Amino acid sequence: MSAAADIIGYTPARPGMVTRFFRSSFVAVTVIVLAIIVIWYIAATFLNSPWQYEVFARAGEKPGVIEFVEATWSQERPVLPSPHQVGEELYKTIFETAPTSKRSLIYHGWITLSSTLLGFVMGTALGILLATAIVHVASLDKSLMPWIVASQTIPILAIAPMVIVVLASVGLTGLLPKAIISTYLSFFPVAVGMVKGLRSPDPINLDLMRTFNASRPQTFWKLRWPSSVPYLFVSMRVAVAASLVGAIVGELPTGAVAGLGARLLTGSYYGQTVQIWSALVLASVLAAVLVTLVGIAQRIVMRLMGVRA
Amino acid sequence: MTNETTTRPSSILAPDTPPEKDTVIKVDKLSLTFQTNDGPVHALEDINLEVERGEFVSLIGPSGCGKTTLLRVIADLERQTGGSITVNGVTPREAREKRAYGYVFQAAALYPWRTIARNVALPLEIMGLARAERTRRVADNLALVNLQGFERKYPWQLSGGMQQRASIARALAVEPDLLLMDEPFGALDEIVRDHLNEQLLQLWAKTNKTVVFVTHSIPEAVFLSTRIVVMSPRPGRIHDIITSNLPKQRSLDIRETPEFLKIAHRVREGLRAGHSYED
Repeated sequence: MSAAADIIGYTPARPGMVTRFFRSSFVAVTVIVLAIIVIWYIAATFLNSPWQYEVFARAGEKPGVIEFVEATWSQERPVLPSPHQVGEELYKTIFETAPTSKRSLIYHGWITLSSTLLGFVMGTALGILLATAIVHVASLDKSLMPWIVASQTIPILAIAPMVIVVLASVGLTGLLPKAIISTYLSFFPVAVGMVKGLRSPDPINLDLMRTFNASRPQTFWKLRWPSSVPYLFVSMRVAVAASLVGAIVGELPTGAVAGLGARLLTGSYYGQTVQIWSALVLASVLAAVLVTLVGIAQRIVMRLMGVRA
Repeated sequence: MTNETTTRPSSILAPDTPPEKDTVIKVDKLSLTFQTNDGPVHALEDINLEVERGEFVSLIGPSGCGKTTLLRVIADLERQTGGSITVNGVTPREAREKRAYGYVFQAAALYPWRTIARNVALPLEIMGLARAERTRRVADNLALVNLQGFERKYPWQLSGGMQQRASIARALAVEPDLLLMDEPFGALDEIVRDHLNEQLLQLWAKTNKTVVFVTHSIPEAVFLSTRIVVMSPRPGRIHDIITSNLPKQRSLDIRETPEFLKIAHRVREGLRAGHSYED
């Protein structure tokens, strides 16, 4: 406490426990999650009620409001499954099914994850390679960059089946074709981010390297590369999420053998909306985990580089 | 480019004792014109200057007089469009490739991901020196700028003045005979600046290096230099060259002496005259 405060006998009010509790991020997160669940239940009731009317009408029953609402939340093939149905399905397919079984979501999730990670690694490497080339060869900036941008304007859903078919015709099936589609989506943010990152050093720092008579590789490794690290991680966050999308899209045209994409496809064939939604939920959890992991890696690397936290 | 080493115009400083004369920088009728969208800009015109070994030469003038550009030509960071220049008897490019000079920028330009010791070691790594030699030179040069004990600190943990001292240590680590400094203390407050000026003079006396120093501060130029080159803008020309008769050993008190004030007055007159036919 400062001397002035002693004299005046006044201390600035510290927020009370209740105030601090409601300001904490824990509360904010909880409120948002609860709001989503409530909206989800309401939406499920309305979207599933037309079918439910028919069911009761055919049976000649006149249900009460509570009975009717409960019925909309427990249909076998609802338009929108309720949260607890998705939760039950997730629990059943994750914890009560052996991970080796084709009914296990762990099994399908792992297949999607492995092609996501392979595609992410290849995409990041390709993006860094392209950015390095563009930064060092002036003519590539004008000749290569438009193609890189154009590549992303083609709908991935249109190109994915062709990639799968072409690669299958040369005997490549399984993980790699899907990973290549992930690569196709994930190299772009890395390439664009790294072009910016590798060009981020101040002119004064480049002049400094020149006064030391540093070679181009020395300037790259000792200046451009470390300067670009923050840009790399930002673009890797986008890239890892894009990789997951690529992997799922890559699974759709393969005739739906395995993976989260396959679960979505078989789910839609047989009207198994609960299965579709549980695969969607798992995919989004997976994306969140991957993005968080990249963020943690960034913090560790930045700390090792001595950057003020 | 032609290297005129046989004929040299008389310098104002050196008496007629050619064997002892040891010219480090020789600038002859040098000009530099930048082509811009608004037409050519004459950054430098008809610059003639010789810097002898062990001199401390300041380039002073208002913004746009080309003092930094001249320093950058010496360092081969810019190329002249006319006239000739040699550094240690060779072209600036060859001198740069031999790492003949150390360059101190206006900003410290330390790499934030390197500790102070590793920042000083940066040019030594580029030169491919062995680890033991690098360690020795880092320790020696950090001691020279009074930064012992800060080896493992990161740049953001140091004050602006300490950062600039670290950047001077980095320039010295190359062990060049020539030190080129571009307003190195321009961004610092006056108290730190005075202190660093004193330290720089001691350093210069100790190492006996040749220094070319760009500044726009009259007291700084007069306090540090053996010769002061007053420049005027548009086009950048040399207006006056003043040889200082102050003793080599100086303390900050010298700034109160009549000799100091006389030189400062002449510099100020030169700057004013250089400006008057401009506006």
